[in-house]
Amino acid sequence: MEVKGEIYRVSGPVVIATGIRPKMYDVVKVGHEGLMGEVIKIEGDKSTIQVYEDTSGIEPGEPVENTGLPLSVELGPGLLESIYDGIQRPLQVLQDKMGDFIARGATANGIDREKQWEFKPIVNKGDKVEPGDIIGIVQETPNLEHQIMVPPNIQGGTVSGIYSGKFTVDETVCVLSNGKELSMLQKWPVRTPRPTKRKLKPNRPLLTGQRILDGMFPVAKGGTAAIPGPFGSGKTVTQQQLAKWSDTDIVVYIGCGERGNEMADVLDEFPELEDPKAGRPLMERTVLIANTSNMPVAAREASVYTGVTISEYYRDMGYDVALMADSTSRWAEAMREISSRLEEMPGEEGYPAYLAARLSEFYERAGYVKSNSGYDGSITVIGAVSPPGGDFSEPVTQNTLRIVKVFWALDAKLSQRRHFPAINWLTSYSLYTESLSDWLSENVAPDWIDLRNYAMDILEEESELQEIVQLVGSDALPESQQLKLEVARMFREYFLQQNAFHEIDRYCPFYKQYKLVQAIHKFSETANSKLEAGYSINDIMAMESKDELAKVRYEEDFDGELNKVLSKMDDEFSQIGG
Amino acid sequence: MTKEYKTITQISGPLIFLEKTEPVGYGELVQINTEDGSTKRGQVLDTSEDTVVVQVFEGTGGLNDSAGVVFTGETIKLPVSKDMLGRILSGSGEPLDEGPHIVPDKRLDINGAAMNPYSRRPPEEFIQTGISTIDGTNTLVRGQKLPIFSGSGLPHNEIALQIARQSSVLGSEEEFAVVFAAMGITHEESQTFMDDFEKTGALERAVVFLNHADDPAVERMITPRMALTAAEYLAYEHDMHVLVILTDMTNYAEALRQMGAAREEVPGRQGYPGYMYTDLASLYERAGVIKGRKGSVTQIPILTMPGDDITHPIPDLSGYITEGQIVVSRELHRKGIYPPINVLPSLSRLMGSGIGGGKTRDDHKKVSDQLYAGYAEGRDLRGLVAIVGKEALSERDRKFLEFADHFEDRFVRQGRDENRSVEDTLNISWDILSELPIKQLTRIDDKIIEKYHPAKQTTSESEYQPQEQEVSGEQ
Ligand SMILES: Nc1ncnc2c1ncn2[C@@H]1O[C@H](COP(=O)(O)OP(=O)(O)OP(=O)(O)O)[C@@H](O)[C@H]1O
Ligand SMILES: [Mg+2]
Repeated sequence: MEVKGEIYRVSGPVVIATGIRPKMYDVVKVGHEGLMGEVIKIEGDKSTIQVYEDTSGIEPGEPVENTGLPLSVELGPGLLESIYDGIQRPLQVLQDKMGDFIARGATANGIDREKQWEFKPIVNKGDKVEPGDIIGIVQETPNLEHQIMVPPNIQGGTVSGIYSGKFTVDETVCVLSNGKELSMLQKWPVRTPRPTKRKLKPNRPLLTGQRILDGMFPVAKGGTAAIPGPFGSGKTVTQQQLAKWSDTDIVVYIGCGERGNEMADVLDEFPELEDPKAGRPLMERTVLIANTSNMPVAAREASVYTGVTISEYYRDMGYDVALMADSTSRWAEAMREISSRLEEMPGEEGYPAYLAARLSEFYERAGYVKSNSGYDGSITVIGAVSPPGGDFSEPVTQNTLRIVKVFWALDAKLSQRRHFPAINWLTSYSLYTESLSDWLSENVAPDWIDLRNYAMDILEEESELQEIVQLVGSDALPESQQLKLEVARMFREYFLQQNAFHEIDRYCPFYKQYKLVQAIHKFSETANSKLEAGYSINDIMAMESKDELAKVRYEEDFDGELNKVLSKMDDEFSQIGG
Repeated sequence: MTKEYKTITQISGPLIFLEKTEPVGYGELVQINTEDGSTKRGQVLDTSEDTVVVQVFEGTGGLNDSAGVVFTGETIKLPVSKDMLGRILSGSGEPLDEGPHIVPDKRLDINGAAMNPYSRRPPEEFIQTGISTIDGTNTLVRGQKLPIFSGSGLPHNEIALQIARQSSVLGSEEEFAVVFAAMGITHEESQTFMDDFEKTGALERAVVFLNHADDPAVERMITPRMALTAAEYLAYEHDMHVLVILTDMTNYAEALRQMGAAREEVPGRQGYPGYMYTDLASLYERAGVIKGRKGSVTQIPILTMPGDDITHPIPDLSGYITEGQIVVSRELHRKGIYPPINVLPSLSRLMGSGIGGGKTRDDHKKVSDQLYAGYAEGRDLRGLVAIVGKEALSERDRKFLEFADHFEDRFVRQGRDENRSVEDTLNISWDILSELPIKQLTRIDDKIIEKYHPAKQTTSESEYQPQEQEVSGEQ
C-alpha cells in the first residue's frame, strides 16, 4: 500500500509533503534519492516529515513515497558486537558502501541476511505457543544463548513444523497451524514499548565495581539513574566505566549527539577488555549506537528509541540489560530543533511542551519484569545529562530528576580538583537503598549497611566542620573533631576517589569496597578510644599505616597488602598505647 | 541558461524572501545581481512551492526588490588543489593576494560529510608544541580538537602562532600544513598573523582564509567550513598533517545568533539559536584521524569568552564538543607571564593516550599530576596567606607557596620564540618539584622518583660521591 505524493517545502531536516495520506510515525522515502524520514505531524493534506539524512539540494516537487510502516528495528541474532547509527544502519556496512564519510541515501539492513546461525528448537510439533514464547535457541556469542521468541505482535498457535540446523535470519524455522511462518528475525516499532507480563520490584543491585556508586548510591537492576554534570566533569568516563564493569548480561551504549572519537575509543578498547562476569571480550555483550553530534539530528532523536527497543528484546529473553544514553540532553535538543522547525509553541527554554512526557516515557521502559517468555529480565537505564553552564535548574535536568530514582551529581569543583569520579557525595542520592538492603546484607555483609551509614554520616559532618575550619582553622577544633576530619579525608581519598584509568583500581569488586570501609572504620574507632584514653591526636596523625592504606587499592594482591597495613596499624596503635 | 528571478518580496537583515520560483533545492548556492551591476552570493535556507528564503553572504546592504536572483542548482563548493598552500583567500574563498586563480583539482561541498565513527582511529600521536603548559600538562595529539578559551585583549593569537610555528611530531618527517581561518578579526590582528607567517616562511605551508571585522557577518558562516574543507582535502587526499586554527569562534557564534534573529527563530539561551551545539559540532567534529589513511586534521579553535565567563553559551557549548580546553588567564597576563595559560581549569582529554614511555617519557603522567596538585595547593595557600599572613604557615605549606611561584615563573613562563622539547619541559618540572620535600611528592611512585628526581641522580656519576654525601650528612 505505497502512496506517492510530493514535496511541498524543505527546511533543514524537516520536509513537508502533500498527497501521501500517512499515519503518524509512518516511514516515508523522500525525494529522488529516497531519503528515509518519519511522519511527525499531519495537518490536512500536509504531512510533516523528519528526515534522517542531510536534505541539501532536495527540491519542492520531488516525489515522496509512504511505506505505511512505522520506524522499526530489526531484532535477531547478530545484534551483539554491532555498531549502528541512530536508525540501526550498521556503520561497518555504511563504510563498505560509501567509504569513510557518511554520504546519504544508503540503505542497510540492521541484521546481516547472509550469515547462518545454528538454530536449536526447544518446541515440538503439536506444542502450543503464545506470543513471546521461546521456540528455539541460537548461540549468538560463546557466552550468550539467544532465545528465539514468537514475536509479540502475531497470533500464537500450534506448531506444525519446526526445523533445526543452520539458517539465515530470514529463513523459516517454525510454522504454526494458522499458517504463520516464523524466522529468527522480528521487527518492532521503536516508539512502542514491547509488552511484558508485569513489572517486578527491583531488588538486586547493578554491581558496577565503582566504589561511590555501589557503596554509596547504588542503582538496582531494572532501575533508572541520571548523571548530570558540566562539560569535562566525567559523564562519559562514568558511563563507560559502567559499560565495562557492570555485572550485566548485555550493554546497549548510545552515543547520542556526542563525539566520534569517543565511539572510536570504545571500539578500540572493548574488544580488548574482559567482561568481569563472563570473562569474555566486552564487545561480545555490547551493542553500540553511535549517532554523533555531526550526524543528522532526526536520527539522533530516533537513536534512544532504537537503543531501548534492542534492550527490551534481550530483556524479553530473560537477560539483565544496562542501557547508557550519552547524552539525553542532546536528544532533548534534537526534539527542540525539530519542534522549532515545526513552529510549535515552545515551552521552557524553547523545548517542546512534550519534553517531560517524552523523558518519562523513555525512562518508563526501564524495569525489572516478568516477560512473556516466562523469564525475568531487566533494563537499567542510565542517562547522562549535559546542563548548559552546569546549571541543574534547567528543564532537561529538572524533568529527568522528577523521574529517575538515582541521582549522581557531578560537580565541576571536584573535577577541577581532579577528585574523580567527581560525584558530589552530599547532593547525590539513591532511592533504592531501602529495597536493596536485604540483598546487600545477605551478599556483602550483615554490617555493610551500618558501615556505609557510618561513612555517610562522617562525610556529612565533615562538611559542617569545614565551615568552622574556614573561620578558625582546624587546630582550634577539639581533637575528636580533628580526628573526624581525618577520617572523612580518608573516606574521600581512599574510598570515594577511584581512577578509571588505573589498571587495577578501575574495577573494585564489592568485597574490596567492604574491606576498605571496614579498615577505615576500624582505624576511626581505635583512634577514638586512644583519644578518649588521653593520648594526643598528633601521635595518631603521625601513623604511617594510616597513609599506607591509600595504596592498597592499587595492589594486585589486595588482601595481602591490606593485611600488612592492618597489622602495622595494630602495632602503631599499641605503641601509642605505650 | 539559468533563469533570473526578480520576485523579491521582502528583505530582512541578511535574508531575502522570493516568490513564484521554479522548484529550488535546499542549501543551494544563489547569485544575486544588484542594480549597480555587482553580484552577491547567498544560500537557500528554506524552500517551498510558495516562498524561498535566501541568506546573503555579503549582506543585504544596497539590495532592493529589483535585484535579480539566480539559483545555481548546486550547493556551495570550494575549488581545491594542492596549490592552495601559500595562498591568502577571502572569507568566501576568493583570492586576496595577487596570485592567480586556483586551478581546481576538485570542487568539494563545504559542509563536508560526517566521518563514519567506525572509520575513526583514536588519536594518540603526541604533537610537540614547544609550550610547557601544553606539552607538559595538557598535551595535544593529532586529530584532537583543543580550543583556546581566552578573553579580549589576551595574547591568544600569539599563542596560536607559536603553536603553529613550533608544532612537530616526535621522530616524524611527515608533511605538515596549517589552515588558518579568521572570522571577524581586525585588519591589525590579521596583519600580525600574516607578518608572522611571512617572516617565518610558514605561509608556504599554509592556506589562509580571512574574514575581517568589517566584512559581512554572514560570510562567517562559510569561512570555517571552507577552511575545514581545504584541511580535509590536504589531509585525506595528500596525506598531510593539518593544523586548523579558527579564530575567533565568538565572532562566528555572534553571526549565527544574528542569522537566527533575522529568521525570527525562537532563541535559546542568551539569544543564541537552540541548534548552536549542533552547528558548532558540525565544525569541531571535522577533526580526526582515519584508519588506514596517513593524514590528520587537528583543530585549535580560539574563542574569547564574553566577560571572561566560562559558562557563557559560546565556551560552554564548545567545551561540550571539544576534547578539552586551554584556558588563558587574565590574572597571569597581568602578572606579566607569557603564555598566561592557567593549567588548573585547562584539560586535554586525550592526553593519556599521547604520552608515556615510548611516546614522550615514562614519568610524564605522574609529573603532570604532581605539578597540577602542587600548583593547586600552592594557589589555595595564597588565598589563606591573604587572610592569616605568611608567618602562620607551616614549613611545609611555605614550600608549596613557593612552589606555585616557581611553577608560574619557570614552567609556565617562556619566551615567545622559546621552543622547549618535551624533555626540557619535564626536566624543568623536576627542577621545581625537587624543591618540595620528597615525601610530599605523593603522586609520583618511588620507582619514578628513583629514576628522575635530581637528588637521586648523583649516584651513577662517580664512585666516591655517595661517601662524600654520607660524611656531610653526619656533620
Ligand atoms: N573516574 C575518573 N578517573 C580518572 N579521570 C577521570 C574520571 N572521570 C573523569 N575523568 C577525567 O575527566 C575528563 C573528562 O571526563 P568526561 O569526558 O567523562 O567528561 P564529560 O562529563 O563526559 O564531558 P562532556 O559533557 O564534555 O562530554 C576525562 O578525560 C578524564 O581526564
Ligand atoms: Mg561526555
